[in-house]
Amino acid sequence: MGNMFTIFKRDVRSYFSSPIAYVVIGLFLAVTGIFFYLMLTSFLQYSYAAMMQRQNVPLNVNLMMIRPFLLNTCVIILFMIPMITMRSFSEDKKSGTMELLLTSPLTNWQIILGKFFATYFLFVVMTLVTFLFMIFLFIWGKPQLMPVLIGYLGLLLMGAALVALGNFISSLTENQIVAAVGTFAGTMFLWVIGFAADFAGKIFGPFFGYISIVQHFEDFSKGVFDTSHLVFYLSLTFLMLFCTYQSVESSKWRG
Amino acid sequence: MIEVKNLVKHYGSVRAVDDISFTVEKGEILGFLGPNAAGKTTTMRIITGFMPASSGTVKVAGFDVFDQGLEVKKRIGYLPENPPLYSDMRVVDYLRFVAAIKGVDKKTIDVEVHRVAERMSITDALEKHISKLSKGYKQRVGFAQALLNNPPLLVLDEPTIGLDPKQIIEVRELIKSLAHEHTVILSTHILPEVSMTCNRVVIINEGKVVAMDTPDNLTARLKGSESILLEIEGAIQDVQNELERTPNVLSVAVQPLAIPDTAQYVVESTVGFDVRKELAARIVKNGWGLLEMKTSGLSLEEIFLRLTTKEEEVN
Repeated sequence: MGNMFTIFKRDVRSYFSSPIAYVVIGLFLAVTGIFFYLMLTSFLQYSYAAMMQRQNVPLNVNLMMIRPFLLNTCVIILFMIPMITMRSFSEDKKSGTMELLLTSPLTNWQIILGKFFATYFLFVVMTLVTFLFMIFLFIWGKPQLMPVLIGYLGLLLMGAALVALGNFISSLTENQIVAAVGTFAGTMFLWVIGFAADFAGKIFGPFFGYISIVQHFEDFSKGVFDTSHLVFYLSLTFLMLFCTYQSVESSKWRG
Repeated sequence: MIEVKNLVKHYGSVRAVDDISFTVEKGEILGFLGPNAAGKTTTMRIITGFMPASSGTVKVAGFDVFDQGLEVKKRIGYLPENPPLYSDMRVVDYLRFVAAIKGVDKKTIDVEVHRVAERMSITDALEKHISKLSKGYKQRVGFAQALLNNPPLLVLDEPTIGLDPKQIIEVRELIKSLAHEHTVILSTHILPEVSMTCNRVVIINEGKVVAMDTPDNLTARLKGSESILLEIEGAIQDVQNELERTPNVLSVAVQPLAIPDTAQYVVESTVGFDVRKELAARIVKNGWGLLEMKTSGLSLEEIFLRLTTKEEEVN
């Protein structure tokens, strides 16, 4: 536990003492910020139009503003994950520090979990900073809090699975670019496979739908907490961590 | 302290380490000598538990490297060929990190970091970023890292590489001074380094142990023309008798050739005596044809030659 935390601290410090963390978070905020602004503008136009028609029931902010924003953020995250995880193992493999870690009295799990939680920490910080946008909505509107929290919980769970995937791919190569492109291919696959579900017939259709990482987020974005999605995200996270373990172990054998 | 038995390591179809066995006693400095790609680094990586062997066993302080890896790793300080440094960290942060993962007690980490920094004379660089250091400093930071937590066994892969001559001398002195409390395995391709620092030398070539002895004995073996290969035309029995009568000749082995009255002879002589002149004189006196004469055991010498040439390049 202590050793895992030592690795975690070192990696987190390395992300935040270099420009990486700030570039990633800045880029993410910029992109989500633009979408937030655009959605807010169109939402305000709708509200204004509704007011002109003298409808007394105000439009639902959760449904018409926050939900599409969360769905959007979910897709933007798919593009951000490779930037977060590409360094995780590849950097250590390239610089030879993996040799230091593997010859120190550490277990493989301490190394893997330390590195996983460091990248996940960066992801969590990045995601939670967008909560600022929600605060604006709460100041000037009356959205319901619970659906927003569940939506963010969904983002964090999905992120755990994707970050674990990125860590796994990073553990396969010492080249950060390869790690980034590989992870990008992975996240895109898990997204696009959902589109294929509609055309894949009766057998593969539901299966493709099930492994589509974005479809599991739909319920969360509505503010619905369904344990089947929780199970899906957690299983995927554990599977990817397990694959990382195998990758680290087998890289020893290969030399 | 270390017991290596029948160690084999394959990379695909290549045998990088081929049936190596040796032991190292406590407090000893063992030198691994061999050309590049001889299997030195692979052997060290197996000892440190970085990679498993294809077959064979390694025991460090009684613990099996494969089954009780953590116990072994607690007792080893390892300096790989390329010092394993995080270039975005300051030296002091890096050493603190390594001390922490090596299990140094939290309260004593700073004391321990300063101890090794002083030992490697890098105290003036502690606050610097590793990426800004010169190669010599980086090497010494890597060395300092291996000394953290005072491990009983030090495994140093080419510890003097990248250092200037003055630093090389310092590091050699340091290694010698470490031998009192540590056991050291170091690898090098520089011959004088071995004779200056090590108690015992293992020479490896193409994955095999070619020789294992003290540096003095090895040098003696090289100087004395131990065995001589001769090809002589003449009645075999007569020739053999004459060769055996020559002073300082210990034994003669005969290998007849297809041509009648011609054979190859391997003459073993006392170490330190060159009998070639005397042999030639006797053969000529008897009117036999001397077709070939050369000192054998060349493979070892060849290796040394290659190694010594490297030393010239280094200086």
